[in-house]
Amino acid sequence: MGPVAARFTRLFGPRAWLVLGGIAALLLVVVPLLRLLPPDHPLYLSDYFILLIGKIMCYAMVALAMDLVWGYAGILSLGHGVFFALGGYAMGMYLMREIGTEGQYHSFLPDFMVFLDWKAFPWYWAGSDSFVLAMLKVILVPGLLAYVFGYFAFRSRIKGVYFSIITQALTFAFMLLFFRNETGFGGNNGFTDFKRILGFSLADPATKTGLFVVTGLILALALLLCRWLVTSKFGRVLAAIRDAEGRAMFSGYNTRDYKLFVWTLSAVLCGIAGALYVPQVGIINPSEMSPANSIEIAVWVAVGGRATLTGALLGAGLVNGAKSWFTMTFPDFWLYFLGALFIGVTLFLPRGFMGLLERWQRGRT
Amino acid sequence: MARYWLKALVGVMLLGMGTVAPSYALDERAFKQLAAEDNDARIAALNKIVADGDVAVIPLLKELRDGLLGVTAQGQLVTVTDEGVVKDASTGASVNATSDDVQSIVVNNRLRGAIDAALAALRLSAPDRATRLAAAREISTDADEEMLPLIHRALAKETDAEVKNLLAQAEAIIHLKSPDAAARRAAVGVLGQSENPNTRQTLAALLEKRPDGTYAEPDATVRVAAQKAIHAIEQRLIFPRLIGTLFSGLSLGSVLLLTALGLAITFGLMGIINMAHGEMLMIGAYTTYVVQTLFRSYLPGAFDFYLAAAVPAAFLVAALVGIALERGVIRFLYGRPLETLLATWGISLMLIQLVRMLFGAQNVEVANPSWMSGGYALAGGVVLPYNRMVIIVFAALVVAAVWALLSRTRLGLYVRAVTQNRVMADCMGIPTPRIDWLTFGLGSGIAGLGGVALSQIGNVGPDLGQHYIVDTFMVVVLGGVGQLAGTILAALGLGEVNKFLEPYSGAVLGKIIVLVFIILFIQKRPQGLFALKGRTAEA
Repeated sequence: MGPVAARFTRLFGPRAWLVLGGIAALLLVVVPLLRLLPPDHPLYLSDYFILLIGKIMCYAMVALAMDLVWGYAGILSLGHGVFFALGGYAMGMYLMREIGTEGQYHSFLPDFMVFLDWKAFPWYWAGSDSFVLAMLKVILVPGLLAYVFGYFAFRSRIKGVYFSIITQALTFAFMLLFFRNETGFGGNNGFTDFKRILGFSLADPATKTGLFVVTGLILALALLLCRWLVTSKFGRVLAAIRDAEGRAMFSGYNTRDYKLFVWTLSAVLCGIAGALYVPQVGIINPSEMSPANSIEIAVWVAVGGRATLTGALLGAGLVNGAKSWFTMTFPDFWLYFLGALFIGVTLFLPRGFMGLLERWQRGRT
Repeated sequence: MARYWLKALVGVMLLGMGTVAPSYALDERAFKQLAAEDNDARIAALNKIVADGDVAVIPLLKELRDGLLGVTAQGQLVTVTDEGVVKDASTGASVNATSDDVQSIVVNNRLRGAIDAALAALRLSAPDRATRLAAAREISTDADEEMLPLIHRALAKETDAEVKNLLAQAEAIIHLKSPDAAARRAAVGVLGQSENPNTRQTLAALLEKRPDGTYAEPDATVRVAAQKAIHAIEQRLIFPRLIGTLFSGLSLGSVLLLTALGLAITFGLMGIINMAHGEMLMIGAYTTYVVQTLFRSYLPGAFDFYLAAAVPAAFLVAALVGIALERGVIRFLYGRPLETLLATWGISLMLIQLVRMLFGAQNVEVANPSWMSGGYALAGGVVLPYNRMVIIVFAALVVAAVWALLSRTRLGLYVRAVTQNRVMADCMGIPTPRIDWLTFGLGSGIAGLGGVALSQIGNVGPDLGQHYIVDTFMVVVLGGVGQLAGTILAALGLGEVNKFLEPYSGAVLGKIIVLVFIILFIQKRPQGLFALKGRTAEA
């Protein structure tokens, strides 16, 4: 076994590998196989189920990105929604171009531009019809924004609640900007009515299954990447910065660059999650950037347990599962539940569900 | 058919009763022509009524505008009141007919405009100066050629300089359409004296180029005069506009100050951001709503003074909620500012949902007391609303009270001590936990006061607090902590900058520019405008 492979197998303990491998097999093998059954078969998984789990996997990736900065570097971002939405918009621009002339107005321009009486694409739409360029934008746009923002913020040593508040202002400003019709991203309504991706119809169940599998794969890769990062020396320096930034600095580490790297990486992961989210859900609009949405991301991580990565995935799954159940059965009580979750977890479960699991395991042995 | 007979019967009965002599001379014929089919005939009839210049027809014209006037089958001019009672239009004597028997005079938009102008023209001869002034202001922007004789008559009689000036402008606007270039040039000269922004637009329209290359105003000398007049008007409008912008900036600033003051104090003291602070504003606003409703049902006579009860009530309710919050949740989270942020956000979600279930998701209506409605008019159409003035004064009073509390009382001394160095204060025997909850109550109470102010200028709904949190945080971040002056300067500065940017960039872009500015500002001064001096070791 080479050193890389050895390092790879040591990423998780044997039991964690077993559990994670089982879940991955379930999502990436069993689900697609069940989707091959005829639609009237009792074991056939509905489009609704695929959409729900696909959505939650996107959220889980955002939670992963959040855990990387909050759990390991101690940077609480209340603006991660903006990176998610920017990735989504980059993908959305491509999907809008894929509609072609099949919109309401049968123009080569998207409907909202016809509505604004625009005659041509604005300059920043250039190249949006290319899938490769769109994928580049999904990574570069959130990454660049995070890099520039982080560069200035970390340079002047903004941290703690100040940083959180500033990131909230960032996403708020972007939300206002994207709400304007003149910004050129569809204003209030954003992008919707997508028809196809890479020529495959989005209404086709096979395309849905395909997007589901791609999302699952990318999520798995992201988890491995993050895990590899935090178990490396880099991860230890991050934890040192989180626990005592002054000491880490005096020990000769350039804390700004470490924070900037992990911050930018986290934003890129968010952008990719947004890009996977949009074709599945079929809509992207500025409300994704509302400060409330970004704060919710933090609670997913808090519920699962910070600085565990797998806890972030668990938290995203639990909270969003609860959300879709509540909004169907008791819509009036969802906000009470979410609020109580925020308070309960911070007061009684500072290490989230993963902490609870660990305690329970230790109690057994 | 039966209906027709009924009408006829009523008509015969009315004839039998005989008509009461009108109390004043009224050209009923002209009024009846208003019911004609042809719009031009109706306008002509209206102009005839106006040219007669009888002030007594003003109430009738008002009724006409409101669609209350009608003609019975016998051709009698009647008024139908809201309750459906039919009265003779000129005498007010009740008429034995139901509203179904009356053919009401339909007023379309064109006629309504003409009626408004006519009403203004008639009021020009009112004995009261204020009425004449208002009427003259109304027609000075929107004068019609038919009114010329009336304006001439009013000008001849008028003694007040201001009214005269306005009338002269109305006359000039009519003369702008004259075929004689000299008359037009003279009119442009008169209009140059105006302080009305609409006049500026009228003049600018003269300079417009038509698609075929000719100007709206054919004579070049008139165009030059118009250019000069526009310049003169703009010069004269600079000052009132500046005052207006300064005022709205000050008003926005004092609202921001009221919302951010409490947060700045608690943040300075405990180093935590209370995300539920916006909901304290909301609670204050809803308390105002409840007090207002109680006054309306139990003390309608004292309704104008309900704010006197709402202010302490809002302070108390918000302060109690704040104290409960601090005792129940926040005190367990000291030293973990990020977790506190999340927990208080959870509290805010629950409070929003609670209010939504208690009062409904829709906005509730909070009425201004009558003495707060209206405003003080400056030249050039700039109005300074009274409710905004009251809020500015209110904010100043609250700041003065907080300053007195912090610098002149024992509690204030303790608060400042804990803000500067918690551990040292604790060692000196200051009961820090008690200071914490007292201060938290104070900060929340001030937010409640802010809610009272917000209820007077905007919508009150469950999301009220959410609209203000980001701005509020920006004030605190910009102003720095633990210094009243920083918060005041930041709030007023942000208010003014926002309002001065708005005309150039639009409200939304202005806000974005301000946010970017704050992010850049924090680069230079991470501790805000006024940092606490002294050695504060970073953790």
